Amino acid sequence: MSTAVKTDRKRFPLGKLILGIVLLIIVLVWTIPTLGVFVTSFRDSSDIFATGWWTVLPHKAWAKTDEIELSPSTDPNAPVEIEGITATFEEWRKGVDVTENRRLQWYGNKRSRRIDVFERKWVGFGANLTLKNYKDVMAAGTITFTDAQGNTITRQGNNFADAVLNSLAVSVPATIIPILIAAFAAYAFAWMEFPGRRPLFIMVVALLVVPLQIALIPILRDFTKWGLNGTFLSMWLAHSGFGLPLAVYLLYNYISTLPRDVFESAYLDGASPFTTFVRLVLPLSVPALASFAIFQFLWVWNDYLVALVFLGDKNRVVTSALAAMVGEKGQDWHLLTSGAFLSMILPLIVFFSLQRFFVRGLMAGSVKG
Amino acid sequence: MLQDLKPGIRIPALILLLVLTLAFLIGGFSLLQGQAIQKQKVVLTLTAIIWGLVSVALLFFVMNEIASSMPRRIRSSAVAVVFAGPAVALLVWALVLPTLRSLRLSFMDANGRNFVGLANYKFAFTDPIMLESFRNNLLWVIFGTFFCVVGGLIIAVLADKSKRERLIKSLIFMPMAISFVGAGVIWKFMYAYKGEGVNIAEIGLLNALVTGLGGEAQAWLLIPFWNNFFLIAIMVWLQTGYAMVILSSAIKAIPESVNEAARVDGANAFRIFFSITIPSIMPTIVTVTTTILIFSLKLFDIVRVMTGGNFGTNVIANEFYLRQFTYGHSGQASAIAIILFVVIIPVLAYNLRQFQGRKVLK
Repeated sequence: MSTAVKTDRKRFPLGKLILGIVLLIIVLVWTIPTLGVFVTSFRDSSDIFATGWWTVLPHKAWAKTDEIELSPSTDPNAPVEIEGITATFEEWRKGVDVTENRRLQWYGNKRSRRIDVFERKWVGFGANLTLKNYKDVMAAGTITFTDAQGNTITRQGNNFADAVLNSLAVSVPATIIPILIAAFAAYAFAWMEFPGRRPLFIMVVALLVVPLQIALIPILRDFTKWGLNGTFLSMWLAHSGFGLPLAVYLLYNYISTLPRDVFESAYLDGASPFTTFVRLVLPLSVPALASFAIFQFLWVWNDYLVALVFLGDKNRVVTSALAAMVGEKGQDWHLLTSGAFLSMILPLIVFFSLQRFFVRGLMAGSVKG
Repeated sequence: MLQDLKPGIRIPALILLLVLTLAFLIGGFSLLQGQAIQKQKVVLTLTAIIWGLVSVALLFFVMNEIASSMPRRIRSSAVAVVFAGPAVALLVWALVLPTLRSLRLSFMDANGRNFVGLANYKFAFTDPIMLESFRNNLLWVIFGTFFCVVGGLIIAVLADKSKRERLIKSLIFMPMAISFVGAGVIWKFMYAYKGEGVNIAEIGLLNALVTGLGGEAQAWLLIPFWNNFFLIAIMVWLQTGYAMVILSSAIKAIPESVNEAARVDGANAFRIFFSITIPSIMPTIVTVTTTILIFSLKLFDIVRVMTGGNFGTNVIANEFYLRQFTYGHSGQASAIAIILFVVIIPVLAYNLRQFQGRKVLK
């Protein structure tokens, strides 16, 4: 590839072509899995179990066009002749191709004595699109759907509507509270004199990579003692604590580079530190605050471990609801895919609309563990 | 604000403010715990969000008012305590003390009551499940990190030469926004296996590809040993974008004049990549590698959702969870957490050394 890239200006751009193909393959590998879940979540449940999601694309497929009733005297245990072909029941059951575009297949058991005729046809768009999967996965009561064999199946709904609300109730405060606490602290570390300033900040840096597993059991014991297990408050406290090292570190790096004049003129105008902070530091730090906010929001929304430990089955958030669904109904792909997409939609919107801030936060915080 | 009032009014006003704040905090909490609001989910969510945010803002405001009313001598220290104190207190409670408490628990029995010496550590290093978990974590750390970093580097370099760089990078980076649980569902669907039977159409893309090419459909997550790699692939899918973005910006920071000079001297693209690009971005490669390494060491969600740690795919973070919540043995769980921490200490020390080198806060 290297020589191709080097010579591409002089000769036929073969290098560019190869590069384009390689990049296309990589991009497809990275996007197709998500695309598959997205497409499946809108397909009819009985279709999902019968055919792959990619069959929504134009393709040639066998479509049933006719039925042949065999005479009741036909003996299924002996070879049977249909349309000039003789085959055993087992072979008919598997399907026999009469011509390239015509297949005969025994329907059901031996007693049915029915032959289905399939013809190979172009299918332009092979999907019955529906929003039923989303309705079902959000529902709290019982739901019914049809499987590939046409059986009606009843299940307990997963109440994803509540899970999304719980996730919001956890994520929004668990994003804003640590930002507020960290911004105050970062301002103090950057612009105030107080005893223990340096050792305390070194503590913050050290805590950046501490694995949160180490904190779960002791904190769980505290919450049990205080009766906070299963409450949103417990999640806010835990996530604020776990997010603080990075928040303080990021915001300190930013706030400490604000020009000194700003603070001096505010001081001369008689502004208190609190006023300076609210009126000057916060507005000036919006880029850094936004970077961390996106980082923390995605982290809290996507977190599973902390929610599993402190919330348990009470106030299930989307990740734990989805994980529980994988465990309980691992084959109900219509529910799993729509649930997965519900859990992804908000972070994806945040991600694509605020990608630049997110990248900046990642760069500044690439020491986090 | 309040400090402008006369002392006779100021102190009662402060006390009133404090009482009102506490009333708001406690009242809000009991309201949220109440039965009536639990049924109105939307109202509950909104109330919880507003209560949480207003409480924190109020607390800062009130504490600042109290600190500003202190005698002039200690006022500036008091304000500093109000500003930095909550963060420090929360960090000490959420991370510093728990580390020490976990260390203590790791020498105790299942309920944390009796001292058992090193028994939990002996368990951690001899139990067959633990040994299997260590082996698997080694696979995650080596192969997961390697493919993320090398894959990210290759994509960063290739995308750099393409006209659609931004779009390509966005799409590779996108999985970063998806939860591990969500990614688990996405890949469980990729690996889906329908089993034996007449006229079964595979609905998992991987098996459809394999059967389409004439192979035999497999239950990928049940193949001993190799199933670990099918799980690692998920992490690579999730994290390569991170490595790519960070490395890409480091590559772009290399002055074009350096590359141009090398090109004039007759170096080809390969030579430039290995002799200029790689050495220039080495510090970034180290940072990205350690970040992903720590990540793969603590990995929990993917294994938990995909296999639950069965079929020979267990990892230490999952065993930590099982020990605490399935077997109810906080001693063994804590010992595992401490081991995780000890493995990460070199990175911690490296971070501190880097920080000491910076001339800040002196």
